[in-house]
Amino acid sequence: MSQSTGIDIKQSLVDTVIAGLMALIVFGPIVGVLLDGYDFNLQTGNVAGLVGVVMMGRFAVSLFFQSQAGRNFLYRQASKNDGVTVTAPDYKSNLRWIIPVVMVLGLIVPFIASKYVLTVVILGLIYVLLGLGLNIVVGLAGLLDLGFVGFYAIGAYGLALGYENLGIGFWTMLPLAAIMAAVAGAILGFPVLRMHGDYLAIVTLGFGEIIRLVLTNWTSFTHGPNGVSAPLPTLFGLEFNRRASEGNIPFHEFFGLKYDSGFKYIFVYLILFLVVWAVLYVKHRLTKMPVGRAWEALREDEIACRSLGLNHVLVKLSAFMLGASTGGIAGVFFASYQGFVNPSSFTFFESALILAIVVLGGMGSTLGVVLAAFFLTVMPEILREFADYRVLMFGVLMVVMMIWKPRGLVRVTRTGFATRKGTVK
Amino acid sequence: MDIVLQQLVNGLTLGSVYGLIAIGYTMVYGIIGMINFAHGDVYMVSSYITAIAIALLTFFGLESFPVIILGTLIFTIAVTSVYGWVIERVAYRPLRNSSRLSILISAIGMSLILQNYVQIAQGARQQGVPSLLSGAVRFDIGDGFVQITYMKLFILFAAFLGMGVLTYIIQKTKLGRMCRATQQDRKMASILGIDTDKIISLVFVIGAAMAALAGVLITLDYGAFDFYVGFIIGIKAFTAAVLGGIGSLPGAMLGGIILGLSEALFAGLISSDYKDVFSFSLLVVILIFRPSGLLGKPEVEKV
Repeated sequence: MSQSTGIDIKQSLVDTVIAGLMALIVFGPIVGVLLDGYDFNLQTGNVAGLVGVVMMGRFAVSLFFQSQAGRNFLYRQASKNDGVTVTAPDYKSNLRWIIPVVMVLGLIVPFIASKYVLTVVILGLIYVLLGLGLNIVVGLAGLLDLGFVGFYAIGAYGLALGYENLGIGFWTMLPLAAIMAAVAGAILGFPVLRMHGDYLAIVTLGFGEIIRLVLTNWTSFTHGPNGVSAPLPTLFGLEFNRRASEGNIPFHEFFGLKYDSGFKYIFVYLILFLVVWAVLYVKHRLTKMPVGRAWEALREDEIACRSLGLNHVLVKLSAFMLGASTGGIAGVFFASYQGFVNPSSFTFFESALILAIVVLGGMGSTLGVVLAAFFLTVMPEILREFADYRVLMFGVLMVVMMIWKPRGLVRVTRTGFATRKGTVK
Repeated sequence: MDIVLQQLVNGLTLGSVYGLIAIGYTMVYGIIGMINFAHGDVYMVSSYITAIAIALLTFFGLESFPVIILGTLIFTIAVTSVYGWVIERVAYRPLRNSSRLSILISAIGMSLILQNYVQIAQGARQQGVPSLLSGAVRFDIGDGFVQITYMKLFILFAAFLGMGVLTYIIQKTKLGRMCRATQQDRKMASILGIDTDKIISLVFVIGAAMAALAGVLITLDYGAFDFYVGFIIGIKAFTAAVLGGIGSLPGAMLGGIILGLSEALFAGLISSDYKDVFSFSLLVVILIFRPSGLLGKPEVEKV
């Protein structure tokens, strides 16, 4: 690039015309000719609008990058250091005040919020779990898992089918789902993790689809698209339905309360809230332990790690299995909260949404994932009229984030080390 | 016996189309080492453009089969190629020096964008094209018969013609030599004066053009499609590319045909509900036992 400071309007105009032409060819047929049976309707207005927007955008971008501000921006982009921020050894994060506040607020929420708000928050927390699980795999270990929804489905269907066929309840299934999903992850991951990283993306994508197709087609066992009902959690054997099953007492009768369908959501919320904190804590500790460090090291440079004697297959496998088991737990909650599961909840789009959470929140950043999970599940509830554009937004988000901030919005920080008092230097 | 033969015929046509799409995956992987996730959706876009082209051509009163098919092919391939170019320019070129994970995520984003964009623009319902070429050749075999529609014959002819032309371009022309040079060593090629960015764009355009050819052929044969068709066929074409050895052009075609044949036989003889499961499982099995594929070279990791 030449160092002249002047703005080359001619070049910008050429860029603009080319962009407009391309936009015309791209949008022309698909947007402009609306298929209607074997016939069509012309919609030239929309095409003109889109082409206009593209041309104006291209012109503005072209001018911006020729200006001094644009050059500075490019320079910052090229020289940016988007690694981990290392804080001083005695640095104390503000989070140590924020976390207790959030915990207390979180415990109050179910008793003051309306039922609708509570269901949205529960869904948000389920996605926090999913995001945390995938964050171990994608964010920390750098393995792209596109079939994460498969593990989610294992947990959800595990509860529903386990209850139907074996009478297994929520509490038994919670640890069992984690184990089942982890075993599935190991069986899938072990052969594939030895190979080049990109293949894992495709294999996991195939795995997610296989799970969904089997759930849809194996009608004698899974009831196919009709779905299966799933039980609610019980409080020491007390059920939350209006009428308990044989030999049990419903929760509201035991305490002499009037039946309220909100009770079950409050209860699910409280369990979920505790589980999310537990997972957060475990994950936080793991990133400080040797295995967590090994994940991140392997993500950054696999060859160097192998040269240093790390068993790369086992390290990757541990991340993959832990991520999968978190997905399985989230699945149990999802099934229990919905009371019903069917294969349409486990499409590739769901995997993409979880990936979007991790990408937006920041690869490896726990806080970022929690915020992003709430943002991406609550936003669609608020902006219902834009529901059609949801997937489009996720797609744009992924592309833009990768170009602009590949490490996500929240930067990963790490406490620095200092030599302990009394040690010999 | 007649079922087996019939499925072999069906599988061969299906496989040749898989091969066409697999070319896009294999060439892009060969040149920049990324899995172009949006490729299946480029195919999906091309089936919409096929229907639009047919609707436009019939509107202008063109009825004869050769004119419609030729016009549709030219229009679809041209527009879809521009899609390939634009996708590379917008979503992949800014990430040329980023980590592989970033490019892969960007590609998935692009795939979601294409799906949702077509869904918003054209509606979620299934679309269709009128059948242009009817009739079939029948062979009586014992009690049953094997039927090959003229459309299937046309697909085989067009697919192999497309592959032949591409092989000629890659093997014999200067452009193809530049492509191969860039594939073997991008840095060296650029030192020798090849504009590697242009070549990479060209590879995306070629991949999109081949996907467009496949899109026209499959759409004319099946008649129906929606905005989601690219996903499944994309994974299958990728399976074909891996089966043949990713990065290898003849491998993509061979892999496509083998996948098409085995899938058709599985659907005909065992279960058609699980034929997608079969293809995905095949992908996993190949990756485990022979990740370099049939004609690929094993990847050597260097420090």
